[in-house]
Amino acid sequence: MKLRVLQVGVFAALVLAWHVLTKPGLLPNFYFEQDNRAAFFFGEPAKVFWVIVDWFASLEIFQHLWVTLLETLLGFVIGAAFGLAIGLWLALSDTASAVTEPYIKGLNSMPRVVLAPIFAVWFGLGIWSKVALGVTLVFFVVFFNVYQGVREVSPTLLANARMLGASRRQLLRSIYLPSAMSWVFASLHNAVGLAFVGAVVGEYLGSAQGVGYLILQAEGTFDINTVFAGIIVLTAFALVLDAVVTMVERRLMTWQPKASETEKV
Amino acid sequence: MNALSLEDITCRFAGRDGGEPYTAVANATLSVAEGEFVSVVGPTGCGKSTLLNVAAGLLEPSAGRVAVFGDPLIAADGVNKRAGYMFQADALLPWRTGIRNVIAGLEFRGVPHGQAMEQGDAWLRRVGLAGFGDRYPHQMSGGMRKRLALAQTLILSPDILLMDEPFSALDVQTRQLMENELLALWAEDRKSVLFITHDLEEAIALSDRVVVLSAGPGTRPIGDFRIDLPRPRDVSEIRMTPAFLALHKEIWGAMKEEVLKAYQRQKAAP
Repeated sequence: MKLRVLQVGVFAALVLAWHVLTKPGLLPNFYFEQDNRAAFFFGEPAKVFWVIVDWFASLEIFQHLWVTLLETLLGFVIGAAFGLAIGLWLALSDTASAVTEPYIKGLNSMPRVVLAPIFAVWFGLGIWSKVALGVTLVFFVVFFNVYQGVREVSPTLLANARMLGASRRQLLRSIYLPSAMSWVFASLHNAVGLAFVGAVVGEYLGSAQGVGYLILQAEGTFDINTVFAGIIVLTAFALVLDAVVTMVERRLMTWQPKASETEKV
Repeated sequence: MNALSLEDITCRFAGRDGGEPYTAVANATLSVAEGEFVSVVGPTGCGKSTLLNVAAGLLEPSAGRVAVFGDPLIAADGVNKRAGYMFQADALLPWRTGIRNVIAGLEFRGVPHGQAMEQGDAWLRRVGLAGFGDRYPHQMSGGMRKRLALAQTLILSPDILLMDEPFSALDVQTRQLMENELLALWAEDRKSVLFITHDLEEAIALSDRVVVLSAGPGTRPIGDFRIDLPRPRDVSEIRMTPAFLALHKEIWGAMKEEVLKAYQRQKAAP
């Protein structure tokens, strides 16, 4: 509870500082020569707030938000599914992992954002070019974590399951998958953020709707308040998605020991 | 017929980074008769676990033959299906509750869930964990986890029980309790047991026969002692009897030199 108060306090302090430093005529000029310059470069929190209220009141934002969230979710789900499947396959097959190793390394070290224009050519300016970008970003994070998770399965656990009569399939289901899960969830938090990056960067490079498109439009007219409003809305929804991942994680990972399990009586 | 027989087993491991290959076990021959409780003792790091892994079919020996009730065991074709294995380290599935750990083996064999749960509950009671079935392993003490592992292995009623220092991580009191429980469970149906330990007292208190291994590398049995103490035994009381002490003295005489050798070798190693 006390923590929440402090967290809100930090937020309020930041907004207040932002307001005081950018409001024209409030403080004497100490950096810019004209008093409306700070507002021009950094926006004003009150105006940003009203942009957001206006978006939601006029329902204008929902169409864009829906597109961006759809791109994000599709990129996230498809990328994570591929990462999981291929991670499992390569971790369990020594030959396949040895053959593909240099390619995986190469693809991973490549700055994949440069693929965005190519995807736009391949998949058009609709949502699928953004989804494709999200998938390439999400895939590698999940893939490497699954690969590592499966590789680090305790050999004793495997030997025990084999002695108890587990077949290869049962080993995969009962040992490899649950064991890799804690690694997968650690990566999913990163992956949500990256799926957003894929969607917004994709929209930024060419689109007709989406929050990234709104931001791009506002930048074109130097409307810095709208840019900030877009950033804040995106951040809020990224936090919501992250909370959803955390919720699913809690449900599935009840078996994990917590740091301390005593309760006050 | 022997339940388990290892004939002329040699295990050589490839050296690391092109170093010399390491021979853990050399020309070891060992057998366990049906219904016999055999303990293998030896100095630390002498390859006791290697021998047990060979018997379990988890490790293919470099040379030698393994037979299970007369049938040859080949590790490449799968593990020893008539054996249960209790590991030294924790081998419970951390993401399964107690009861679901116990019935894991039944699940792998396709036993219907209801039936498996029934048997699981019965086994939890037998090892004194009734009411703890819904706890996760990390919520249990070391002794409870060992009892859970015991139930997990015994529920499949294996003909051969392989145990790799199963109680070495427990404190002395819990350990003696567990040893007594093991003897009581074993007395019910007299399976064949191959029990690995570095603790000579534990070996004598539990077994029908104690086999002493030489120090590594190239471990092999160097002594074989029949333990004719009366059963049923109480492991904490039997340690005081003159017969026990005489046996202890005799076997320790054979073991002492090997223990010192192992110690010297470890000290000399860089």
